[in-house]
Amino acid sequence: MSMTTAKTDEVVKETPAPASPPDQRERDRMRRRLARKRGGGWWPYVFLAPWFVGLFGLTIYPMLDSLYLSFTDFDLLTPAEWVGTKNYEHMFAEDPVFWDTVHATLLYVAVSVPLKLALALGVAMLLNRDLKGIGLYRAAFYLPSLLGGAVAVAIVWRQVFGGDGLFNDFLGWFGIKGQDWISSPDTAIYTLILLAVWQFGTPMVIFLAGLKQLPRDVYEAAAIDGAGPATRFFKITLPLLTPIVFFNVVLQIIDAFKTFTPAFVISNGTGGPLNSTMLYSLYLYKKGFTDLEMGYASAMAWVLFLVIAGFTAVNFIASRYWVHYDD
Amino acid sequence: MSAITPTTSPLHKLRSATGARRIFIHTLLIGVAVVMLYPLLWMLSSSLKPDTEIFTHPGLIPSEVRPANYSEGWSGSGNSFSLYITNSLIVTIGAVIGNVISCSLAAYAFARFEFRGKRIWFGLMLGTLMLPTQAVLIPQYTIFYNLTWINTYLPLIVPKFLAVDAFFIFLMVQFIRSIPRELDHAAMVDGANPWQIYWKIILPLMKPALITTTIFTFIWTYDDFLHQLVYLQQNDKFTVPLGLTLFLDQTSGSSYGPMFAMSTLALLPTLICFLIFQKRLVEGLATSGMKG
Repeated sequence: MSMTTAKTDEVVKETPAPASPPDQRERDRMRRRLARKRGGGWWPYVFLAPWFVGLFGLTIYPMLDSLYLSFTDFDLLTPAEWVGTKNYEHMFAEDPVFWDTVHATLLYVAVSVPLKLALALGVAMLLNRDLKGIGLYRAAFYLPSLLGGAVAVAIVWRQVFGGDGLFNDFLGWFGIKGQDWISSPDTAIYTLILLAVWQFGTPMVIFLAGLKQLPRDVYEAAAIDGAGPATRFFKITLPLLTPIVFFNVVLQIIDAFKTFTPAFVISNGTGGPLNSTMLYSLYLYKKGFTDLEMGYASAMAWVLFLVIAGFTAVNFIASRYWVHYDD
Repeated sequence: MSAITPTTSPLHKLRSATGARRIFIHTLLIGVAVVMLYPLLWMLSSSLKPDTEIFTHPGLIPSEVRPANYSEGWSGSGNSFSLYITNSLIVTIGAVIGNVISCSLAAYAFARFEFRGKRIWFGLMLGTLMLPTQAVLIPQYTIFYNLTWINTYLPLIVPKFLAVDAFFIFLMVQFIRSIPRELDHAAMVDGANPWQIYWKIILPLMKPALITTTIFTFIWTYDDFLHQLVYLQQNDKFTVPLGLTLFLDQTSGSSYGPMFAMSTLALLPTLICFLIFQKRLVEGLATSGMKG
């Protein structure tokens, strides 16, 4: 009918005159009903019911349970046995593999995230212009991100960087004699890092969307004032893009800490050679599901959670000083 | 000021570079693309080469095409690969249905209702986005162990019906917010209750978001190696990624061809999704990032 939109409601408020009294009452009733409906009653809880079950049953309760388990010896088959802080003491003071893991993981995060983001931003800037075949380029650069988590890709990677693999053939063109990059403890982690950098497509797409939104007139003004490419990049592009840089940094750091599949496949589940590819998640998996030391693995899980939360918090706090929001 | 037309603006001159610069940029981009895609092409070509040739001839054209790699790989790891594909399909289809239903329900509630503690719940939802799955893996495992769900597909599917993938809730909230509220109000005036509004108005209108959710859920579940590794223990329950790892254990060294063949096949579903929905995937990603 004629009074079916919210806009009608507002019109009614300002011009009450023409409507006949019963019609008016009807509209008031309707508006109250609308307000009540938006206030929700029990409806929102109906829609949120599955999510609530998931939140409490599969997230909050497990978080608390894993905190409890981290203070126990637990092998799944016999009841958990309280051991106080033994797991944490063992982790920090006695378990050399844990420190190998920390070393490998921090190296992986610290090298792969900046390289990946730099490459993503660089390519995004190259693509941010009227270029023929831009869709094709964007697709080609994004494809590895979509495939990158697959076991199949990690299997291929293992062969690419093997002793007689593709990478050494490539080096051969330049007269460089390569080695087996996968089985050397000094280089194995870098093959994982390269695999991560190879997947720069996701942040690239996000950067590209951000670049498209930058105001053109600022660049026009800068160009008129004679600002060169470097000046424009550091004084305009980068500052305006900082919210997106920040978003990407947070996401990529979290992602990097969680990496599991390639480390598992490339080392065939061992984390070797010499624990050099024993990323944190892989060691957690081994402890929990191969050795059935689930108490210890829970302690590791909480440490990982706190480290990621810490990194994210530091990121958010630091962002006040370098992220530029224009509002 | 604003009277500068695109054709005369200095910026335009900057952007539409000279021919030489254009060629340079294309060369650079093509170079990067070739380097990036070469490993995938090498995989494809190796899947057709005889084993002896894979590591001795790095070129892409095999001297002799050996399709037997595919038939050997298909049946080469104890079970037929068709079993792994079937199992992967069960898991991914279940996950897609679960995510589409549960996440759209939650998103509708967050986008359209005011209720007590909404900000806190919404914040918690965003918080779970950053929670590493490893942090809850062991307690979840004990829950499913006590339910005797280990070595079934339930631990991989049921959580999706409980909207644990907050990314998609967020994506859909953003989308629903862009649907005019007037439509809801009109239906309400006509006597529709919120369920009917969700079912008859919101859900049909958010089809693009549902398609994005479907594709990403499919790809991410298909590739979710960690959870499949943890929950599926017997060979006959194995999915494609688990089936592939069986090739790693064969140290005989004579099965590289079949391994590359099955790796190629394993990437095919994702590749097809990508080719069909490339634009939508990229756009879904970009908009979710923009509002972060």
